[in-house]
Amino acid sequence: MSMTRREFIKFTGLGLAASSIGALGFGASGEAQAAAVRPFKLTHATETRNTCTYCSVACGILIYSMGDRAKNARSNIIHIEGDPDHPVNRGTLCPKGAALLDVVHAPTRLKTPRYRPPGGTEFKEVSWDFALDRIARLMKDDRDKNFIARNANGDTVNRWTSVGMLAASASSSETSYLTWKAVRSMGMVVFDNQARV
Amino acid sequence: MTNTWQDIKNANVVIVMGGNAAEAHPCGFKWVIEAKIENGAKLVVVDPRFTRTASVADYYAPIRPGTDIAFLNGVIHYLLEKDAIQHEYVRSYTNASLIVKDGFDFQDGLFTGYNEETRTYDKSTWDYELDKDGFAKSDDSWQDPRCVINLLKHHVSRYTPEMVSRICGTPQDKFEHVCALIASTSAPDKAMTSLFALGWTQHSVGAQNIRNMAMIQLLLGNIGVAGGGMNALRGHSNIQGLTDVGLLSNQMPGYMNLPTDKETDFDIYMSTRQFKPLRPGQISYYQNTRKLFVSLMKALYGDAATQESNWAFDWLPKLDIPLYDIIKAFEMMNAGQMTGYICQGFNPLQAFPDRGKIRRGLSKLKFLVTMDPLDTETSRFWQDFGPQNPANSADIQTEVFQLPTTCFAEENGSLVNSARWLQWHWKAADGPGIAMSDIWIMSGIFHRIRELYRKEGGAFPDPILNLTWKYTDPISPDPEELAKEMNGRALADLTDPATNTVVTKAGTLLDGFAQLRDDGTTSSGCWIFSGSFTEKGNQMARRDATDPREQGIAPNWAWAWPANRRILYNRASADPAGKPWNPAKPVISWNGTKWVGIDVPDYTPTLAPSAGASPFIMNDEGLGRLFARKLMAEGPFPEHYEPMESPVENVLHPKVKNNPAARVFADDRAAFGSPDKFPYVATTYRLTEHFHFWTKHALINAILQPEEFVEVGEALAKEKGIEQGGWVKVSSKRGEVICKAYVTKRIKPLTVDGKPTHVIGVPLHWGFTGQARKGYGANTLTPSVGDANTQTPEFKAFLVNIEKTSAPVTA
Repeated sequence: MSMTRREFIKFTGLGLAASSIGALGFGASGEAQAAAVRPFKLTHATETRNTCTYCSVACGILIYSMGDRAKNARSNIIHIEGDPDHPVNRGTLCPKGAALLDVVHAPTRLKTPRYRPPGGTEFKEVSWDFALDRIARLMKDDRDKNFIARNANGDTVNRWTSVGMLAASASSSETSYLTWKAVRSMGMVVFDNQARV
Repeated sequence: MTNTWQDIKNANVVIVMGGNAAEAHPCGFKWVIEAKIENGAKLVVVDPRFTRTASVADYYAPIRPGTDIAFLNGVIHYLLEKDAIQHEYVRSYTNASLIVKDGFDFQDGLFTGYNEETRTYDKSTWDYELDKDGFAKSDDSWQDPRCVINLLKHHVSRYTPEMVSRICGTPQDKFEHVCALIASTSAPDKAMTSLFALGWTQHSVGAQNIRNMAMIQLLLGNIGVAGGGMNALRGHSNIQGLTDVGLLSNQMPGYMNLPTDKETDFDIYMSTRQFKPLRPGQISYYQNTRKLFVSLMKALYGDAATQESNWAFDWLPKLDIPLYDIIKAFEMMNAGQMTGYICQGFNPLQAFPDRGKIRRGLSKLKFLVTMDPLDTETSRFWQDFGPQNPANSADIQTEVFQLPTTCFAEENGSLVNSARWLQWHWKAADGPGIAMSDIWIMSGIFHRIRELYRKEGGAFPDPILNLTWKYTDPISPDPEELAKEMNGRALADLTDPATNTVVTKAGTLLDGFAQLRDDGTTSSGCWIFSGSFTEKGNQMARRDATDPREQGIAPNWAWAWPANRRILYNRASADPAGKPWNPAKPVISWNGTKWVGIDVPDYTPTLAPSAGASPFIMNDEGLGRLFARKLMAEGPFPEHYEPMESPVENVLHPKVKNNPAARVFADDRAAFGSPDKFPYVATTYRLTEHFHFWTKHALINAILQPEEFVEVGEALAKEKGIEQGGWVKVSSKRGEVICKAYVTKRIKPLTVDGKPTHVIGVPLHWGFTGQARKGYGANTLTPSVGDANTQTPEFKAFLVNIEKTSAPVTA
């Protein structure tokens, strides 16, 4: 019999509910009750393979979400656990990884771009267009003003030192490559990541 | 890591020094327990604190923070004295026999060539004597006093067990016991693995700490073998990947360096990189650098990168100083030399040393952009949070953009783990609100700037206008397309020069970096990732856990760089004739016609042992280096220098107390404290319940470790009247932290040069956003100075004072 992990959980989950109630001697009425027992929640969830976002052991995790990825369904992550097939963590997670769900749904997750003007005392919500237009303007104006095309010897150096960037050590390599391309094309050299800490 | 996490189970001795894997990498540490139970391995822990790793060790020895080199040079002294080295390995696979130039010397704490004014070395004597053919001279009999092994013997002769104990505070008998355990792995069929992390890197001599252990591993024949290696347990989920892709001030993808001002054209740049072999018959893989570089430039600039344009070499920024690292960036910010700063998933107000300086620097910017899934302290540096972040918002003129990003669970992509595995992961849900991916945000900023240059012109727009951006959805490129671009493809039909037949058709994804060419007919955005996404599909998405002989390789689970190789330098797992040193756990061996085994050979697959090419194919001499030539800032051998803030003099050479090649800015030096006012050694670390400054946003973790505290040994607590759970004020010359004290048996005073020395532990997790209680942050106390090579800040050894205090009014 070939089963996906999800089908397997469904199968064993229902089997357990039926047999344990049956074993308690409810007899025929037990069958009706067993049918009414709420099935194991994860049997209805969509399972997605991922890796823990914290340290570099890179434990395999399984993310369970409600919603079947249909076009108009919005998925909601309801459970995260260790991937038993992963050759390193073999299903285990540490006190940080075991609480991943709480960081995904942290009340301090940011939802909207926010802006604080010079001297301001509060953030205010702004649109993506406002934020990105303004950032691009500020960067370009500074680059035009401070870009160093040649050094004192007259050699071509094409660097920009007055705007810098720190890149994210939890972002994907694909994100990091795109980031590298974008900022180096501008000549940025004040550029680093958490490898130093 | 040179090896894999599971491979730790093959070790006979596991040494954890400069890390605390049981708490910081718990699910990887299980393989240490596996080694103990299944392989009878001995776990040795050397650490200032009796950590949870120490609690399951077979042997624990304490050490004063910042004295690891004295300890490790002492180990080398012991190994050479007792002749406990793997002789055949050392002779055949290391540079022990090579002869060093006349003139190279070490006197009173300094190597030859020191310039006090610039705090740098003229390294011209730090190299081998060459013969008339340009090869390094060698004395296989080790009689020549100038051969590396004899210079090393002389260099470490000062590090006697008495001297080690005097500097490190480690009792002499404990030091010698650790030496004996380490020495037991000099047998050809025994292996020791070294597991380390930021406990070694975060020092002004961090890179030399690691070199020191790498030298020990070479002397013992423990590199390239199962259960051996140098295993850096990296801290963040993709810190390895960001390093691989070159997101560091001086780096390009695949460990190529940005050119410097002195490299005024492409040929000059190439002239110092295509290393010719320094010994006869060596592979010296970097002879291929031109192919790697040209293929990168084709990926970046496509048709604009041509032979005539020198592959757009001039479009790369050139460096006038070695590094624009983060300490330098905040120095520039404080000097008013920076306009804007973008923090993508990075929280420098918590993460970088001397928090006051970080806050003052951010306040001088015209604009700050943060991109993060969480509400970080950095994005709110301008807001008053009381003593934990005092600020007068009206006075701070910085414009701040706080941009919400998706997190790991809300994207597709790959992360590179410690063992160099590229593991693809899949999106499970959309992000909250209108949070967007980093890819979408960076593309959005880039497109707007490019559009402004198209419309308005401006400073040198060529590289921006010509950057390749041929993605199906240019607004939000698909991670798979970016992965394919890094992997690389053929841009024209590639022919075999011998037969003149087409071997790879134009447009095909490459199978590996061996196919790269330097004539512009191939592209690869990150050559070491070549092979990760081929015509056979996304190799990073593979999830076959099959493991031949259960030896901890799992070759078909995801994909490892380079070339899906799981154990680096694995040619060294076999003797010069190609027979495994340890027949019970072979990695690769020579079968008479080719190299075969459970891993991809780190060697030319059909090159016979009789050809005499040594295993370290990336080095021009083909050998592991006991003598580092010119590659380190402070010397070709590690030397003990005291931390920048230290309670004692350097007993080896009082005139040269600290790392003479460390870069120290004047304002940072003025902020160093002295032992008369700050008599206690402090060190920072993580707790197992928290990950940096993220998990205080997660409710469970905030409940598990809710508030800031420091760890104080019982003896010091008694002396200072500090009670268990009582309030204390910990101060350095840079700032103070008021928090609770945890009085512990886990830190005991050490006797250093005859005097008792107390160590205070400072966990680093609290700030002023999230769900845990507000904290000042360990970086309020730490000094702004870095390792002389990498500029990694010295968080692991500095000076503080501690006093009992009363509870704050609004605790």
